[in-house]
Amino acid sequence: MTAVTTLTRPEGHARAATRRPFGIAPTAVLVLGAIYTLFPVGWVVVAATKSKAELFSTPTFAPGTGLLSNLTDLFAYRDGVFWLWLLNTVVYAGGGAVLSTAVSTISGYTLAKYAFPGRDLIFNLLIGGILVPSVVLAIPQYLLFSEIGLADTYWAVLLPQILHPYGIYLARIYTQAAIPGSLLEAGRLDGAGEWRLFRQVALPMLTPGMVTIFLFQFVAIWNNFLLPFIMLGDDHKFPLTVGLYTLLAAGANQPSLYNLIITGTMLSLVPLIALFLTMQRYWRTDLSGGAVKS
Amino acid sequence: MRTNRLAATAAAILATTLLTACSGGSAEPSSPAAGSSAAPAAPVKLTYWSWVPNMDKIAAVWNQAHPGIQVTVSKQAGGDDAAAKFLTAAKAGNPPDLVQAEYQMLPSFVAADAVADIKAETAKVKGEFGEGIWGLVTLGTDAVYAVPQDSGPMMLYYRRDLFEKYGIEVPKTWEEYAQAARTVRKKDPKVFLGTFSSKDPGWFTGLAQQAGAQWWSISGDAWKVAIDDAATGKVAGYWGGLVKEGVIDSMPYFTPEWNKALNDGTLLTWPSAVWGPGVLSSNAPKGKGKWAVAPLPQWNAGESLSGFWGGSSTAVAAKSPNKAAAAEFADWLNTDPEALTALIKEGAIYPASTKGGALLTTTPDYFANQPDFWQQAAAIGATARGFTFGPDVNVTYNAYKDAFDKAVATKSDFTAAVRTMQDVTIADMRKSGFTLAQ
Repeated sequence: MTAVTTLTRPEGHARAATRRPFGIAPTAVLVLGAIYTLFPVGWVVVAATKSKAELFSTPTFAPGTGLLSNLTDLFAYRDGVFWLWLLNTVVYAGGGAVLSTAVSTISGYTLAKYAFPGRDLIFNLLIGGILVPSVVLAIPQYLLFSEIGLADTYWAVLLPQILHPYGIYLARIYTQAAIPGSLLEAGRLDGAGEWRLFRQVALPMLTPGMVTIFLFQFVAIWNNFLLPFIMLGDDHKFPLTVGLYTLLAAGANQPSLYNLIITGTMLSLVPLIALFLTMQRYWRTDLSGGAVKS
Repeated sequence: MRTNRLAATAAAILATTLLTACSGGSAEPSSPAAGSSAAPAAPVKLTYWSWVPNMDKIAAVWNQAHPGIQVTVSKQAGGDDAAAKFLTAAKAGNPPDLVQAEYQMLPSFVAADAVADIKAETAKVKGEFGEGIWGLVTLGTDAVYAVPQDSGPMMLYYRRDLFEKYGIEVPKTWEEYAQAARTVRKKDPKVFLGTFSSKDPGWFTGLAQQAGAQWWSISGDAWKVAIDDAATGKVAGYWGGLVKEGVIDSMPYFTPEWNKALNDGTLLTWPSAVWGPGVLSSNAPKGKGKWAVAPLPQWNAGESLSGFWGGSSTAVAAKSPNKAAAAEFADWLNTDPEALTALIKEGAIYPASTKGGALLTTTPDYFANQPDFWQQAAAIGATARGFTFGPDVNVTYNAYKDAFDKAVATKSDFTAAVRTMQDVTIADMRKSGFTLAQ
């Protein structure tokens, strides 16, 4: 009897103990987090529907009637330069993220799976690179690119974003966790070359990690302002961030085009949301895959 | 399978993006000079950084008529950032040939050797500008560093309908303005006559100019800095008193709250510059036909003086390989009647050239109730006085924002904030190696 009660009691305690702190609290925290992140997005969406007259006079979350005219005005602004900026942003973010993912994956895989002299030094340098904010590098990079005559070109924005220390770090960590050394060893015994091992054994297993890196970089470049702002002089090469900024900072004696900026911001969110929704399935494997393997 | 598909998609994206990038780079607008036989084989190509709306259309007029000199406009974000960007580009050795330079930024361009002396090329247009304006591009020296483009003489914008409602007269002096501010507060505690903006140093500078301030001057090789002179102290003390008394609001201009106040009639005046109609019509569309302009209130009854808020010039980069062609374009842009007409119509600016004033004939829509708007503006513009700007105005302006933010928040002494501006400016100039006269 006593044995039974002493056995059940701690169990009951444990259950209560695990339930109480983790009951509704995590959900509440997540809901708060969701509100915190979605509130500004909601504001942008609502504000984009307001006409010039409504923007500063109606209550914050009262929908307006100007969405269509805002869209028409935005698309008509300087003969539709918005589309050009959107295309540029896709070039920078898409091209940059793809190249960066490729470089990160190969580098991370190499650092994780091959022992060679200087490996730790390189890795430590990369870790140090994570600590240097890219903002600090923008002006030195601009001077360098001017030196070699690449300033104010597409490459000036693409190239600096390709080498991404954090991406390489992620790729290395992910490779270590996802690809057992014995698997590669087995491949080698079967006569597969290193390139083939990487392409046919490692790459499929690395996909979720690559998607993560791709999304990180895509979002980072999509939202990047300072680098393109400094690098680019020609407004036909501007990405959305810098382009929309020219509408905001229209000079002291010109009104800011708030309606167009807000509408443009709302539209520039759409591709990001679409990307996350479509890439989600690859990402989900990432989470579960990591859980099982570690 | 999945990986391969993903990789294939990725590769496809990469290929298309890079292709677009490359083709985008080469898609320069082709020269329209093809038809003209007189044109030289390779026209001079100039780039021009500006933030005037539709400047590309105005440049197109020039390009049509001058096949030998083709100007490509690149629209930039305006203000301090544009100046910083130009200075960085100049330092890196690839600035645009032409750049829009706000008057207060021009001295910093000159100090950095970023703009060229275009005295010879501009001799023929010197007579088109008033002496005050011309002084802003010579900085009181023998050189000429830019061609004036627009100017911003200050005047008082006020809600005519609400002035009638509250029974106030348009103030002729700042003393009357203060009285009117108190009256308004008594009649309706929700309404303010005006607001002091701690975020707009250019505005405060204009008011100080009206009072007769001379913040910088050059004697020989040395700079003299007198931001805390008596005139500026008078202006700061006046506004500080009103803010402390609570009869003037302290929200900054160009903010959503300010727009809202302009719209719903809880803010009755705005001492601003001639470019005000654009801002009002865009930020306060509900006030259309209700606003009017009058000269700024004066410090002494019977005077008629004003200052400048904003305005900019067209400068030629020192590193431009085609300085003469660039200066020729700058001359044309700011003095040719066709260009001026386009600047007024497409660019919505108030030309600095004396001829430009006469071209302003259509009353702004927003001021349909005041058909003599431009005559008023021209009369006021003739009374405006400016001063030489120093080489580090951005430092002074940032000091203004910091010091006055604090002074407004704590309702403390505004003249102390002016002294802070003076100290910060002197310290920065000393650090940058300028010689200072004591």
